[in-house]
Amino acid sequence: MTTTNPAIEVRDFNFFYGDNKVLHDIALDIPQKQVTAFIGPSGCGKSTFLRSINRMNDIIPGARVEGRISLGGQDLYAPGVDVVSLRRRVGMVFQKSNPFPKSIYENVAYGLRIAGESDKRVLDSTIERSLQRAALWDEVKDRLNASALALSGGQQQRLCIARALAVDPEVLLMDEPASALDPIATQKIEELVYELKNNYTIVIVTHNMQQAARVSQRTAFFMLGKLVEFDDTRTIFMTPKEKLTEDYITGRFG
Amino acid sequence: MRKVKDRVFIALLGTSVLLILAILVVLIANIAYHGARQVTWEFITQPPRDGLMAGGIFPAIVGTAALVILMSVVAVPLGVATAIYLHEYTPAEGLTLAWRRFKASKGRPGRGRLLARAASALLATVTRSAVANLAGVPSIVFGLFGLGFFIQFIGRNIDRVTQPPGEVLWGQGSLLWAACTLALLTLPTVIVATEEALRTVPQDLREASLALGATQWETIRRVVLPGSLSGILTGAILGISRGAGEVAPILFTGAAYYLPYLPTDVTDQFMHLGYHVLILSTQSPDVEATKPLLYGTVFVLLALTFLLNIAGVLIRTRTRSRGSR
Repeated sequence: MTTTNPAIEVRDFNFFYGDNKVLHDIALDIPQKQVTAFIGPSGCGKSTFLRSINRMNDIIPGARVEGRISLGGQDLYAPGVDVVSLRRRVGMVFQKSNPFPKSIYENVAYGLRIAGESDKRVLDSTIERSLQRAALWDEVKDRLNASALALSGGQQQRLCIARALAVDPEVLLMDEPASALDPIATQKIEELVYELKNNYTIVIVTHNMQQAARVSQRTAFFMLGKLVEFDDTRTIFMTPKEKLTEDYITGRFG
Repeated sequence: MRKVKDRVFIALLGTSVLLILAILVVLIANIAYHGARQVTWEFITQPPRDGLMAGGIFPAIVGTAALVILMSVVAVPLGVATAIYLHEYTPAEGLTLAWRRFKASKGRPGRGRLLARAASALLATVTRSAVANLAGVPSIVFGLFGLGFFIQFIGRNIDRVTQPPGEVLWGQGSLLWAACTLALLTLPTVIVATEEALRTVPQDLREASLALGATQWETIRRVVLPGSLSGILTGAILGISRGAGEVAPILFTGAAYYLPYLPTDVTDQFMHLGYHVLILSTQSPDVEATKPLLYGTVFVLLALTFLLNIAGVLIRTRTRSRGSR
């Protein structure tokens, strides 16, 4: 399907919370510079899987993985992998926008500052570029020093996207980024996602099937911790191979 | 009948509230009435004279201030560090679960990590109960501990190594050892308040920072500590103000009955407002004559403690109004 190597390869991936196996033998290839959507009913493991890609699950007590997720050929769970530098390569946007209680400028600068960047010109230009890419620049350019908490919900979420983009990741993970937003703010985020795929590999978890259909090129359908079907978004929505997928996207359950 | 019971009960509650208020009002009014007029410029800037029968309390104010500052320098960093360790670095799932997970992991790879987690959870549990028990120890016991541990053990041994034979510098009561003893007394307050403040920082801010490639320490330093700073300060100030009024811990560890000079070194002894109150009220040959001095001293001590408390409360209310997002 894709002409280039996949950005992320997943093989026989299992995930446990304590003794509870929540992901079963996941295998899929996430293509470069496209949007891949994860859909499925609540509790199907799609968010857990997403958070396995930047190892955010490491901080959860009792979490354990088997199998392999590799990014550009490198196994993310191999011993000796530096989680901190991995997370620079794989950015993340959360369901609930979570800007720091700092200024707009300092929010976007955060990742750069911890990476040791202190040159004001570099910071300024990276922050402007990131805010532009997140389609927020025009709305905030006159008040970069205002508190991020004064922004609207949709603006806060785009700020979080800008913050993630500022450290120049290869992959952007988005965990239901628009689920707490109104329709107009949601539309902006969707347009943004569509735009961003030109530069980034994007994986988006969503509850909203229209959203998956609108923004993604590939869609993976999860249920009860298993990957049921993974194909071109068009195929999944028009001619799914699995009965389960069809039942889900036609709204028979979930 | 039930209505009567109800009324009686409400009346009882009201009476106890009034009683407590009355005690506080009488206490403060009495001290303010008799004490405020004693507080002259001379009283707070002059040393005692005529065998403590006249003069001021300047050295006691200086001694108390020095003691409190030194105590804060010891107690606040230690307490905050302990709380950060307890809240940010020990396993959130607790000892029982961590141990159960380790036992259940037989035959799987990565068992060492689970054992380390369980050990860390055990250390956290032990530390927490130690802190809780420390808070319940009577303050006079802290005083005896300070004498036995800091002065007779640590101080004497420092002397043995650094001083000529027979010379005593560290192995006696001093500002340093009194401050260390008081710091122990203050620690539980600081630790509990700091943990409370750390708990108010939302977990999703920690995740946001980690997801941007921050290490755990960078996350604590740049997100968690700034977000909980005022809570930590409030707790520290309240702990310090409690320590400032305590006399028992410094009885044997450095407080002096009377000193003709001001302390200039951490090895010096010092005068202290609380101890001065004790001395004035128990050692005076003429109780009636020292009464005004006593009132004045108590007034100054109370005023200083209140100031600290008010500062703590102010910081807390300011954060509350700012903290809502």
